[in-house]
Amino acid sequence: MRNLADAGIRFYLILVLVFLYLPILVMAVLAFNKSPLYALPFEFDLVWFKALAENDRLLKAGLNSVLIALANTVIATSLGTMAAVAFGRYTFRGKTMMQALLFPPIAIPWLVIGTAMLVFFFWIGRAMGYPGIARGLHAILLGHVALSLPYVIFVVGARLNDYPKALEEAAATLGATPWQVFRRVSVPILAPGVVAAALFAFAVSFDQFVISYFLAPPGVTTLPVEIYTSIRKGFTPEINAISTIIILVSMGLMLIVARFYRFGGERSGNE
Amino acid sequence: MSEVAVKGAVKHYGTVAALDGVDLTFADGEFFGLLGPSGSGKTTLLRAIAGFIELDRGEIRIDGTDISRIPVHERNIGMVFQNYALFPHMNVAENIAFGLDVRGVAQAEIKQRVGESLDLVRLSGLEQRRPRQLSGGQQQRVALARALVTRPQVLLLDEPLSALDKHLRQEMQVELRRIQRQIGITTIFVTHDQEEALTLSDRVAIFNKGQVVQAGSPRAVYERPVDRFAAGFLGEANFLEGRVSGIAGGVARVALGTGGEVLTPAADLQAGDAVLIALRPEKISIDPAPADAAAMPNRILGKVVAAIFSGSSLTYRIAVGDRIIIVFEQNKSRAPLPEQSAVILEWPTADNVVVQP
Repeated sequence: MRNLADAGIRFYLILVLVFLYLPILVMAVLAFNKSPLYALPFEFDLVWFKALAENDRLLKAGLNSVLIALANTVIATSLGTMAAVAFGRYTFRGKTMMQALLFPPIAIPWLVIGTAMLVFFFWIGRAMGYPGIARGLHAILLGHVALSLPYVIFVVGARLNDYPKALEEAAATLGATPWQVFRRVSVPILAPGVVAAALFAFAVSFDQFVISYFLAPPGVTTLPVEIYTSIRKGFTPEINAISTIIILVSMGLMLIVARFYRFGGERSGNE
Repeated sequence: MSEVAVKGAVKHYGTVAALDGVDLTFADGEFFGLLGPSGSGKTTLLRAIAGFIELDRGEIRIDGTDISRIPVHERNIGMVFQNYALFPHMNVAENIAFGLDVRGVAQAEIKQRVGESLDLVRLSGLEQRRPRQLSGGQQQRVALARALVTRPQVLLLDEPLSALDKHLRQEMQVELRRIQRQIGITTIFVTHDQEEALTLSDRVAIFNKGQVVQAGSPRAVYERPVDRFAAGFLGEANFLEGRVSGIAGGVARVALGTGGEVLTPAADLQAGDAVLIALRPEKISIDPAPADAAAMPNRILGKVVAAIFSGSSLTYRIAVGDRIIIVFEQNKSRAPLPEQSAVILEWPTADNVVVQP
């Protein structure tokens, strides 16, 4: 009975992994297939990676996406970490309400938020007499930061809650200034949470389609927007090629994070 | 080293007074225990001295200097926390060095002083261990070394031994006392463990509802509690209610409400005063009552309700009239007195302590 149950669980987990990875695997394999029509039999060729290297639009969009995602990661992670520390370690007027207000944006559909942001930026632009500023990379970045902040605050906050305030108090009694306490105690302890939060921020921004689509002016696109546009025009395995690159990069990032987590978190007995 | 003086300390949380006018002076080099039920203000006072809490009113002076408006990191204090609060991302040596490092002490001196501290707490050789690789007792020692290495003026201990098991706790009590004596640092510690407080302290203060009920040497507070709360909180006590029926030769004769009479030092009592007397259970001697036994002052008759055996001692619950008197007896060779047997309880006049209700 026990063995049977074991086998059942194992089969189920394999099924889950197949369900998750099969489409990705097929897509990656087809990036190396010569046929532009995804026709079989499989014939290995790097033609779509070469085409990609010459596709300026896609590359430019990719660069935009990376730059925005990186900027978003830095800004949202810094602001969010400070906010999480404030929420977790200080008492101030209106704290409970402010914390409660962090939740709704996660639940509101991005389409609605995107529309709201577009309307808002237009209104600001008109009010200032420069309607042009309503759209652009800066607007996209602002939108992404607003969107990813709650995630950062939650992830860092969860890590913060795992550690007693007494650690910071102890540092203060030992003569550490508030800045030294933050840098030498809070930050190292929070580091795994901050890295995870940064990854979230990067992913939220890099994947973001709706807000980027709404706030992108003509001629400027991000990768998801450009991929969407290409698919509408009829697509080639170039899309597979760039997707494969993205997947490799993100999986590499995740592996680094997994390593770092063990490093900064529960390292035990192996020294 | 340093004297700490608290004057008129008041701290309110909403309408609750955590500290309601506390005056205490901690003498130079003294080991001082703050005792009381939870919410009595003892921890609030400790945290106010540390600087985590700002008093609404009152002042805290170390060697005459008012520190109550100085931020935590500029006060020269050492503190050991309940769960030690060792930095998990640093090894033992780094934990201890932290206070010197943030003060900008030179590396060579840091190394030397960390070594000295480890010697003091007898942990040499564990420099490279992480806190989680240490036992509870070792973590406690690291916390102590870390708190002392900066040569603070005052050492604050917040329930320092509560996370240890009983055996280790007793060992650490001895260790704590040894280290404290060796350095001679003024030490203030909070505990809810009365035995620990009595064992370790030069003096104790008993807190209730944000006020100091009584402060003094453990023996003075135990033997001469001022009121019902102090008598009941520190150790066990029987309470006898009565009225002074006469005074002769410095001794007051008190007629108990439940019948019987006791004698107590008269002090400033007057005939007719209603009094409450605290009587420690171990002061009473208990014996089987002969058939012709008669009650006398400080000698009453009762009946055993329960005899509870706990190894080195016995606890008797004795029915006297409609109330119960607790008696502790050392476990000598005599067999425990059987339940329902008639007994005589006797005790000296000096052990009847008149307390405030």
